[in-house]
Amino acid sequence: MIEQTNNPVGKSVPRVDAFDKVTGAAKYVDDMQFGPGLYYGKFVHSPYAHALIKGVDVSKALALPGVKAVVTGADTPGRIGLYMKDRYIYARDRVRYVGEPVAGVVAITEELAEEAVKLVVVEYEELEPVFDPYEAVQPGAPLIHPDMAEYKWPNFIFPEPGTNISEHFKLRKGDVEAAWPKCAVIVEQTFRLPHIQHVPLETHVAIARWDQTGEVTLWSPSQSPFSQRDLLAQSLDISHGDMRVISPYVGGGFGGKAGISIEANVVVMARAVKGHPVKVRMTREEEFTCTNVRQSLNAHTKIGCDAEGHVLAMETRYYFGGGAANDYGVNIARASGYSCTGPYPIPNVKGDSYCVYTNTPIGSAMRGFGMPEIHWGIEQIMDRLAEEIGMDPAEFRRINCVKTGDTILTGMKMPAVDLVACIDKATEAIGWDKEKKASAPHKRRGQGLAIMWKAPAMPPNPGSSAIVRFNEDATLNVYVGAQELGQGAFTVAAQMAAQALGIPYEWVRVSANPVDTKYSPYEWQTVASRITWSMGNAVKAAALNARRQILEIVAQYWDEDLENLDIKNGIVISYKSEREQPLKNMVVYGLPNDNFEGWQGGPIVGAGKFMPTYVTNLDSETGQGARAVVHYTVGAQAVDLEVDIETGQVDILKIASAYDVGKAINPDLVLTQIEGGAVHGMSSAFEGMFFDEQGRLRNPSLVDYKIATAMDAPREIHGDIVETPLEDGPWGARGVGEHVMVQTAPAIANALHDALGVRFNDLPLSSEKIYLALREREAGGE
Amino acid sequence: MLHEITFTVNGDPYTLAVRSEHTLLKVLREKLGLTGTKIGCENGECGACTVLLDGEPVNSCLILAVEAAGHKIETVEGMSIGGELHPLQKAFIKHNAVQCGFCTPGMLLSAQSLLARNPKPTELEVREALAGNLCRCTGYVRIVDAVLDVSQEVE
Repeated sequence: MIEQTNNPVGKSVPRVDAFDKVTGAAKYVDDMQFGPGLYYGKFVHSPYAHALIKGVDVSKALALPGVKAVVTGADTPGRIGLYMKDRYIYARDRVRYVGEPVAGVVAITEELAEEAVKLVVVEYEELEPVFDPYEAVQPGAPLIHPDMAEYKWPNFIFPEPGTNISEHFKLRKGDVEAAWPKCAVIVEQTFRLPHIQHVPLETHVAIARWDQTGEVTLWSPSQSPFSQRDLLAQSLDISHGDMRVISPYVGGGFGGKAGISIEANVVVMARAVKGHPVKVRMTREEEFTCTNVRQSLNAHTKIGCDAEGHVLAMETRYYFGGGAANDYGVNIARASGYSCTGPYPIPNVKGDSYCVYTNTPIGSAMRGFGMPEIHWGIEQIMDRLAEEIGMDPAEFRRINCVKTGDTILTGMKMPAVDLVACIDKATEAIGWDKEKKASAPHKRRGQGLAIMWKAPAMPPNPGSSAIVRFNEDATLNVYVGAQELGQGAFTVAAQMAAQALGIPYEWVRVSANPVDTKYSPYEWQTVASRITWSMGNAVKAAALNARRQILEIVAQYWDEDLENLDIKNGIVISYKSEREQPLKNMVVYGLPNDNFEGWQGGPIVGAGKFMPTYVTNLDSETGQGARAVVHYTVGAQAVDLEVDIETGQVDILKIASAYDVGKAINPDLVLTQIEGGAVHGMSSAFEGMFFDEQGRLRNPSLVDYKIATAMDAPREIHGDIVETPLEDGPWGARGVGEHVMVQTAPAIANALHDALGVRFNDLPLSSEKIYLALREREAGGE
Repeated sequence: MLHEITFTVNGDPYTLAVRSEHTLLKVLREKLGLTGTKIGCENGECGACTVLLDGEPVNSCLILAVEAAGHKIETVEGMSIGGELHPLQKAFIKHNAVQCGFCTPGMLLSAQSLLARNPKPTELEVREALAGNLCRCTGYVRIVDAVLDVSQEVE
């Protein structure tokens, strides 16, 4: 070992997974080999957005030689879902979106399975669909889940059976009606965001095997191996001890591989052909239509401020288009309810956040979890208010933004953050006060700013655990159940273990690929930007546990006090006697007594856990409570752009971001999140899924659904890190993975307004829309 | 229908029986176990399956295996034969140009082909050469930096 990085926390050490990934050695689920016994599965998808199933005839498909099984809703009577158990694995009585799996065919080849899919005959009776969440809450709208009252949900979700509302979160603070007359300026607007898709480069894929012994194994690229195990065990009546989920590297998650999607369908296929693994890989088209999407949103928002620019009141209604099942989406609406103001401690708030069933693909977690959607409107209204009272929008935000110790909308005290520092850094990096010229006469230049907050949105008690285990040469294996999605989870786990134990970073091996629920320590889910914080605390606890075991052995051996001993650079040292004991060998074999008359110690294995214990319930009528969430991460983004007024084409020149991450465990990995997130956020402003009047997706390909390429991404992406330590974060760290794309779209919209003097309330910001808005303004004679 | 084809993959000669409709992508992954070449869309839209055919980057999902007969194919596994990483692979690690890693093999091969025909590309030329390789994680900036870093070394 040539290089030795001691005290690696805070240093930009190389990623532990990079070598595997640049050589092609990294294995993803689709790369795993199962031999000739592998069967292939294909889905029969619903062609209708809303219909009753009158009959399913699988006899012709089953008669095709090489077809091994066909499973349908008749095989899956139990409902499944993370928060709201509202979904059948295969549709039973009705279909609720175009693309819903109605049956699953298993055959010896993929081609035969495809052929057999065409032989499954399903008889439907069409029903009226509803696609828009605002329309879906109106009286008389088609009811998508008439049996909602029978469903199971946790006590913090408030559905309204008999309607399409799966969650209604209410926030009531102060008195908005009394506050409006005190406002000098009030802005009230409606904002709409379409469904968008995660577009991971790796589509969903799952392989399942149901052994004759009753052990069930699922291989899936998953952000949630343990939650998938839990959901499968519950819904298919399997013991958690017999349900095993194995998840190697994930080829892009962004929330789309959180919770459960196609995995249960494949397990049910495997049950029908016991002993044989069955593989289903989504085509790119299926990835769009039959896996998870980001929910659409209709937001009606009104905010007012006084003449000095103090925001006094906000009233908002968020209608999330949750899609055909809201098993995960209900918690997005809830999170958007308890954070509905954005990063502003507004004294008077009336907020209603609804998750609404619609006949569209299933809305689920996506990077930001409701926050990009709600900030789209909030951050544009804040700009309008600043403009109306004649204040610089950056100054307006400095005055109004949330600060340490503020009482926020739920009544909780804001933990320590420095959002003003983020605003200062982002505006400085973009050159906020400097006049910039467009590059051509037919182009206009503009700058925009937006700020954000986001809390990890999760149940009150999601747990993490970790194990560390020494080898003879004092290298250390670190076991975690957190997943490496590309965000660097394994790297920071290694850094934190090394730091807490006092060994060099290079001595650590992360034993977490694949995550295997049979061998890995428990981790709730790799979501919510919670891993550096929560897994980090568990890793630190495990490392400290191992450290204490070592020091106790050596203290007894040397007959010294534990307090005088330490581990530095892989050597136990005594500050009192100045003796030294290398960790090599002793961490496995222990230490010999004089003349080898017996031994002390033994193999060192440390275990640690972490679970927040302090989150409280919120009042169902007011959303008030002592501690709504564990913490918030905050940040600011500024955009410099140019727009071609002859074509409406937008060119993003620079994005400058600053986030308060508490402590950057690996500063360069934080910057890669900031950079990647800025482009993801930028791309999301120009993306949209478009459905025809029958609910069929019109752009289910990467040609028609465009994501940012190397040509679209700005040349300059600047990142700044602010470090205000989080009280219960490991070394003060809090998450940043999702926050980095939350406010990019409104920052672009604010910059477009600066450039053109035109506001856009609806995403996406297509060139066509911008072009038409400019022509309309010309026609209006402005 | 089966066809016998002979082609070179990462310097080694192979003779295989392949079906008419099977793509080069499928044959590389399933017959030769070269799973570093990824399946992203099977439509030539994402670049995850990029390999080099006689030095030119191609989407292996759009090439039938029979079309590869008599040609030289290079995949990511061939970039570090003998255990020594290619300068581009080293640069991707150094610049943290890798996140989830799924686009990485295709990116590396597109970049390798660019530098072979244009050892000193401008930033714009790098971006143009990589425009067919989609990445959802990195925002491309580190990837472009890594390629430019290697191009500086060529001097």
